[in-house]
Amino acid sequence: MTRWNEKTSRALIEETHKRGETLTMALRAQVDAFGYVDEAAITPLMQTFARSRAEVLGVIAYYDDFRTTAPGRHVVRLCQAEACQAVGARELTAHMCEKTGLTLGQTSADGALTLEGVYCLGLCANGPAALIDDRPVAELDENRLDTMLDELKV
Amino acid sequence: MTTRIYIPADMLAIALCADEVARAIAETAKTNGTEIEIIRTGSRGACWAEPLIEVETDTGRIAYGKISADDVPGLFAADFLGGGAHEKHLGLVDDISFLQTQQRHIFKSCGLYAPCDLASYAANGGFAGLRAALSMCAENIIDEVEVSGLRGRGGAAFPAFIKWRTVQGANGPQKYIVCNADEGDSGTFADRLIMESDPFLLIEGMVIAGLSTQADKGVIYLRSEYPLARRVLEKAITVAQEQNWLGADIQGSGKAFDISLFVGGGSYVCGEETALLESLEGKAGIVRSKPPLPALEGLHGQPTLIHNVLTLCAVPEIIAKGGDAHAKLGASRSAGTMCFQLAGDIKHGGLVEEPFGISLRALLDDFGGGTRTGLPIKAVQIGGPLGAYLPPSLFDTPLTYEAFAALGAGLGHGGIVVFNENTDMRAQARYAFEFCAHESCGKCTPCRIGAVRGAELLASDTPDLGLVDDLCEIMVAGSACAMGSMTPIPVQSAMKHFPDEFGARATQAAE
Repeated sequence: MTRWNEKTSRALIEETHKRGETLTMALRAQVDAFGYVDEAAITPLMQTFARSRAEVLGVIAYYDDFRTTAPGRHVVRLCQAEACQAVGARELTAHMCEKTGLTLGQTSADGALTLEGVYCLGLCANGPAALIDDRPVAELDENRLDTMLDELKV
Repeated sequence: MTTRIYIPADMLAIALCADEVARAIAETAKTNGTEIEIIRTGSRGACWAEPLIEVETDTGRIAYGKISADDVPGLFAADFLGGGAHEKHLGLVDDISFLQTQQRHIFKSCGLYAPCDLASYAANGGFAGLRAALSMCAENIIDEVEVSGLRGRGGAAFPAFIKWRTVQGANGPQKYIVCNADEGDSGTFADRLIMESDPFLLIEGMVIAGLSTQADKGVIYLRSEYPLARRVLEKAITVAQEQNWLGADIQGSGKAFDISLFVGGGSYVCGEETALLESLEGKAGIVRSKPPLPALEGLHGQPTLIHNVLTLCAVPEIIAKGGDAHAKLGASRSAGTMCFQLAGDIKHGGLVEEPFGISLRALLDDFGGGTRTGLPIKAVQIGGPLGAYLPPSLFDTPLTYEAFAALGAGLGHGGIVVFNENTDMRAQARYAFEFCAHESCGKCTPCRIGAVRGAELLASDTPDLGLVDDLCEIMVAGSACAMGSMTPIPVQSAMKHFPDEFGARATQAAE
């Protein structure tokens, strides 16, 4: 993940457009690079894809992946869906929130950690499952999750 | 002599530290001066045994299950390279009952080789369907699909050939094949497994679909929650292009087809085909009204054949072996095999491919082995977040589209989530509404507002169940897509089969 900067952001938008790809792909490229879509990218996106401000904001708002604020340095996405519920995801989520003092969707004040819910990672026979940054983890319990959260602080 | 060791590298194996296992084995072998070759494969789908590593011996591949890096010194001490005895020794992988008793067609090669190893794919029967299709006329290909009885595996179970024939007969300057790989249902992972384990099968199915409908562009719409499938598919597409199985002149036939990959934005509704098309066009995933059908006016207004991953993966064998062979599998009008996925609180969770008609109880007991916690099963939910909750009294129902339709339920994408006796069924019913409220695209009022009101109603200890039923009726009748019209299925099935847990109904009945 790189820090947002106008030059890279614009270059990514132009590359996407040159490849004949759509606004959603351009937003994906912003999120892949910076973790979110910066406010300053909206105007170039409007101009490049010939869409109104309302249209661009509407697309961003529709998709969960297209955050508009920078996430924490680490993002923990714990599955909230049925297969993980069946093996204790609700309790594990409550434990994680209590341990970190955050609710799902929140980022810690020091910018170190963001917690999020996710609806299914396809690891449903081995829940509870989560994505810690890009790393999938499964068969979680409180101890294993605590260890992983502690490792993120280093 | 170099010993071959196969270690899966799909998302689940990695989530269970298979990379660390591979590293530990490589380092130990180096220290010992033992010559080994580690091949990172896809997964066999025996999720309960992952990471499942296999060692090639004279008698076949010997499996060791649930291996962690800590087990590695012990494995070497037990001579696992010679298939030696060890507490995690599972015997010949082909003899593992969970795998050996299945009838695999789509998943037959999963876990055998590295996912992007095209030579191994071809050596195991890969491209036989496409080779045959290249010398067939479009009509004959579609005839085979019709004879096969193949129905859409995404959930709607629509006869595939009708879509094929419609797209083939439609006029348009640019037709498309779109693969719906937005596998968002909880409890399902078959699409992920096949894409991460045997991606050329999907590519082959898409090319055949393209040849028979005169579409030369394919798009795979993949959900963003599958980052590893994205990397595997990107590589597989590149390899297929380099080897001339995709491109302007496929294997010198003069026929063209190419595939691009599109990654979604984390929206469940984009698994609905018209929302998916909107998303591909760069817009919010808001469902379209039908008609027009996507087969006539789909992506960018052009004739578009949209299928789920598994539907397309069933095609190569149908063309290679003929539609008859496929039609003979299964029961009543549910032809072929279904790829069931055992999930939730289940001891032996994983992928079970069986002909339609097997009973739920056989799946849960014979394959699943009961719950992981050892607690009795209270309910299963079949077919994802929009699927019914069923009690054990219905477990003898044969798994066919027809039998489940008669129950007011569906098979969906074949996901089966097991819940133990501690489950709060009212909480599950409420969650169905909450999920709908979270994911609704907002186009239809009954879905957008009904889901919110439903969750509020079920938050009460004594919910007004008459009102919940009314709300469900309006959602079923007044929603354009399955999100709104099927959310009542989990809600009302839970209310019907577990009335004691919805306090008010018991009270109302007593009055």
